[in-house]
Order: sequence, then C-alpha cells, then structure tokens
Amino acid sequence: MSIDFKELIADFKNGLWAENPVIRLVIGMCPTLAVTNSAENGLAMGLATSFVLIMSEFVISIIKKLIPANVRIPSYILIIATFVTFTDYFLKAFFPGIASSLSIFIPLIVVNCLILGRQEAFASKNPTHRAVADGIGMGIGFTWVLTLLGMIREFFGMGSMFGFQLLGEWYRPMVIMILPAGAFITLGILVGIMNQISREGK
Amino acid sequence: MEEFTQIVLLFISTVLINNFVLIRFLGICPFLGVSKQVETAFSMGLATTFVMTLTAAATWMINTFILEALNLPFLQYVSFIIVIASLVQFVEMFIKKTSPVLYKALGIFLPLITTNCAIMGLALLIPLNGYSFIASVVFGFGAGVGFTLAIVLIAGLREKLEFGDVPEVLKGVPVTLIIAGIMAMAFMGFSGLISM
Repeated sequence: MSIDFKELIADFKNGLWAENPVIRLVIGMCPTLAVTNSAENGLAMGLATSFVLIMSEFVISIIKKLIPANVRIPSYILIIATFVTFTDYFLKAFFPGIASSLSIFIPLIVVNCLILGRQEAFASKNPTHRAVADGIGMGIGFTWVLTLLGMIREFFGMGSMFGFQLLGEWYRPMVIMILPAGAFITLGILVGIMNQISREGK
Repeated sequence: MEEFTQIVLLFISTVLINNFVLIRFLGICPFLGVSKQVETAFSMGLATTFVMTLTAAATWMINTFILEALNLPFLQYVSFIIVIASLVQFVEMFIKKTSPVLYKALGIFLPLITTNCAIMGLALLIPLNGYSFIASVVFGFGAGVGFTLAIVLIAGLREKLEFGDVPEVLKGVPVTLIIAGIMAMAFMGFSGLISM
C-alpha cells in the first residue's frame, strides 16, 4: 500500500479552514465559549481536545472492522472516555493550575460533538494514516480558533496576553469581555468576519 | 424548614442565576441547533428536563453507592456516559410504549440528548458540589427548566428576526450568538437576587 501524500495534505488542511470545526461546522461550542476567558486556557483546551481527537481517531481507524455497526456509537464513546480520563489525570498531576481553571470542561470533552462526529464521519471509513492526518488538521483548526478567541477576550477584558500585561494603568478593562456575555458576542462577530473573508476569497 | 428554604433557593439559583446555557455554557449545541421555532424548542426543553431529572437521580446513586463505596473515581466519566446513554435509550423505549403522542412530539430529540453536554455537565457537577439526593434531583430539574427557558426565549427572538434586516454575513449562527450574548447580560442582572 502506497501512501498518497497529496491526499494526506488535503485531509490535514481541510480542518484548518474549509471545514474548520468551530467556524464552519459550528460544533464543539460549549468549550469554545466557556474556557476562552484567557489565551492560555483556550490554548490548553485546544491541545487537550486535539490529543483526545488524534488518539481516538488513530485507535478507531485501526479497529473499525472489529466494531459491529449497531454498537459503534457506544464503543466510540468508551474509547473517547478512556483517553479523556487519561488527559484529565495527566493535567491534574502536571498542570494543576490549568486543570482547575478548565474544571469540568476537561471531562466534558467526552461529549464534544467534534470528536464523536469525526469518528463517525471520517475515522470509521478511512485508513489509519488519513484518519491521523484528519485528526491533526481538525485539532489545529480547533486550537487556533480557541486561542484567537482567548487572546481577543483577554486583551480587551484584562489588557494582557498570555498573562503578560500589555496595556498600562490608563486602560480600564472591559470586564464584560471575560464574562459569559462577552464570549457569545465575540464569537458571533468572529464568525461573521470569517464568513466575510471566505466570501471575498471566492 | 431550613432545608426546604435551601432547596427552593437552589432551584431558583439553578434556573436564573447560574443558568446552564447562558452562564455555565452547557448545552450550546441544541441551543443553537434546535432554536428556530418556539414549538420545537419547547419540546426539546421538555425532553431535556425529563432526562436531566432522571440523570441527576441515577448518577447520584451510582456515584455514592458504587464509585465512592468501592473507591473507583477513575471510572466516573466512563460510567456516567454509559448511564446517560442507556437512560436515554430506556426513556425512548418507555415513552414509545406508553404514550405515542408524547413520543411523536419528543421522538427525534431524544437520541440527540445523549451528546448534549448539559446532561454530562450535570452528572459531573453533582459530585463536585456534594449535593444530597433530594438536592441533586432539584438541581437536575432546575437545570432542565433553565435550559427550557433559555431555548424558548431565543427561539422567540429568532422567529422575530426572520423578518429583520440582518447583514448577510451575520445571518444564522453569528447573529444568534450575539443575541445570546445580550441575553446573557440580561441574566447577569439576576446575580444579586440571592446570596448563597
């Protein structure tokens, strides 16, 4: 079996923009809105989700022929839940600060529709190397949107970026940006801007 | 009497102050996906409330009598998701047998509930907050009512918005998110209602 690199790169690039999970497919919204009150949290959440996504696409694409069709969804969820438990314990042990600020949204990766959706739409139909390329692409696509959203909200809400204070004393933070209302409005405007950009590109 | 007051306060705070959708960001997918019409939004809210109340009771029992008793906290996520998935399946079969009318109204929404993160979030928040059995059930019911309130309100706004002059790029998801943001601001007004 030879590996077609063009196809691999296409699978990888797909998740970055054309089928970006947050901007284009509008899935996985709960963590997108909830944890992006700072750039660091957004990045951490993106990486944790990517890890679970890549690993479960890898495993499921290997064993896809062993899973009977009628119990495939519960089987996928079990595999995903295993990796999520692993990620949760890893973060709690090595990055307790991040683990506590992401709180229940780490275990909630289990029910992130992005992960289950990719298993059903991609990993269960394609060979392992393509599934991993798709996982990496989708993971990076998810991570960059979350990080960007976190950066915008942190900048306006606290005048800082990744915890470094950028604006001086004169800046009065727009507290609304780090509150729930700011999350909805920022993401709404961001999706609108992305729509405009992709329309101009056509 | 003291306990009763606590339970009532818990209910109010779950519905209004810590609204699952607008403040805690749980259950955003159905909130954006199934909120085009008030009627379907209400059915979805009803089905979710029903499953949430049952989930609260079931996961409290599993967590207290099995996971904590046998010291198996690492099985929490796996067992909760199995409980929720089978509960949804069971509820679906039960409603199909007993009330075909209700089944017709809720039918298509029930399978979707399994991957609604509001349900899993509820299951995870109960052990985290250390609620008693009754408090858990009230918490679950209140979370469902709060979800229904939010989704029906936004569906009403979206129905009106159909006739509004929304810029082309903002149509659909972006404008819904912006409205949800304004609603979240309104719900922040409740935050001083009671202090717990």
